Amino acid sequence: MYVIIIGCGRVGARLATMLVNAGHDVMVLDLSPTSFDRLGSEFAGQTMVGNGIDLDVLIRAGIERAQAFAAVTQGDNRNIMAAQIAKHIYNVPNVVTRIYDPMRQDTFKALGLDAISPTVIGAQVFYSMLTGEESRENV
Amino acid sequence: MYAIVAGGGKVGFYLARELIGQGHEVLVIEKDGARVEAIANDLGNVVLKGNADEASLLADAGANRADVVCAVTGDDEDNLVICQVAKRRFNVPRTVARISNPANERIFRLLGIDATVSSTEIILSVIEQEIPSQSLVPLLRLRHTDVEVVDARLPSDSPLDGTALRDLRLPAESLVAIVIRNGEPIFPGGSTTLRSGDEIITLTRTAHEEALRKAFFLGG
Repeated sequence: MYVIIIGCGRVGARLATMLVNAGHDVMVLDLSPTSFDRLGSEFAGQTMVGNGIDLDVLIRAGIERAQAFAAVTQGDNRNIMAAQIAKHIYNVPNVVTRIYDPMRQDTFKALGLDAISPTVIGAQVFYSMLTGEESRENV
Repeated sequence: MYAIVAGGGKVGFYLARELIGQGHEVLVIEKDGARVEAIANDLGNVVLKGNADEASLLADAGANRADVVCAVTGDDEDNLVICQVAKRRFNVPRTVARISNPANERIFRLLGIDATVSSTEIILSVIEQEIPSQSLVPLLRLRHTDVEVVDARLPSDSPLDGTALRDLRLPAESLVAIVIRNGEPIFPGGSTTLRSGDEIITLTRTAHEEALRKAFFLGG
């Protein structure tokens, strides 16, 4: 599977390594070339310096043939925009996005996007470890 | 008219001031406390502190009765999301986004934003109007259509010099509206003949732009 990941922070770098180790073809994009240091020297995927919400950059990264797309930059709105380009303009079949701010979750649903909020998931894990119960609040 | 201006930087501030001056009801949304204070000192009680991309804040701002939301922050992606939330959650009839990257015009249109304004693109077209080139300068796109108004300036040795408009091989669905010669507008008929250096304002569909460019610069 050809996967594009935008944002090579801790999550992006780890995700990229996991996918490559599982045999997938991976392209990682980030604005900062030093962020690729997180991938380590053994990394067998591809990297590209560029803005993940720039159409020309995404086309060069091969978005037209991508089967999956993960938006994990530091900016929620940047992730929302990139995910919409992938999903609604290039019809990438599997698009997943990270958002920090739970307030934006409703926006994501309204725009037809699948989002993961580490803030919400983290709080739920803490809750269940502290109380021994599952949280009843919705993700 | 009730207008919400998202982003209280220089563009947002002057936009709000002009709109208030025209008698409209305006609310500026700005996340930076110091900017909020500065705007309130200047324009009065017309500013709300917070993130305009959050639905709860837009609800407080009365977005459901807004006639227009203008997103003029410095970040294209923020302006996109602000307009989308306004449109999808609050059914705001008209959303306008400021963009820095001209390539985002197409993305924003595909993602449902009514209008975009790109200062980069505007400056570029002003420069191009001064420089002879074989390119069409898009001046305006008509709302909710793929019809645009484009400007072509014939070079000093144009192969079309002396050609009557009726003999010009224009693509379908293209209409020459005005010919500007030595600064004077001419409302042309079929017998109007073109001259080198003429500026030709044409209505066309975006799909015919390339054919139109060839007609003007390569003689069809």
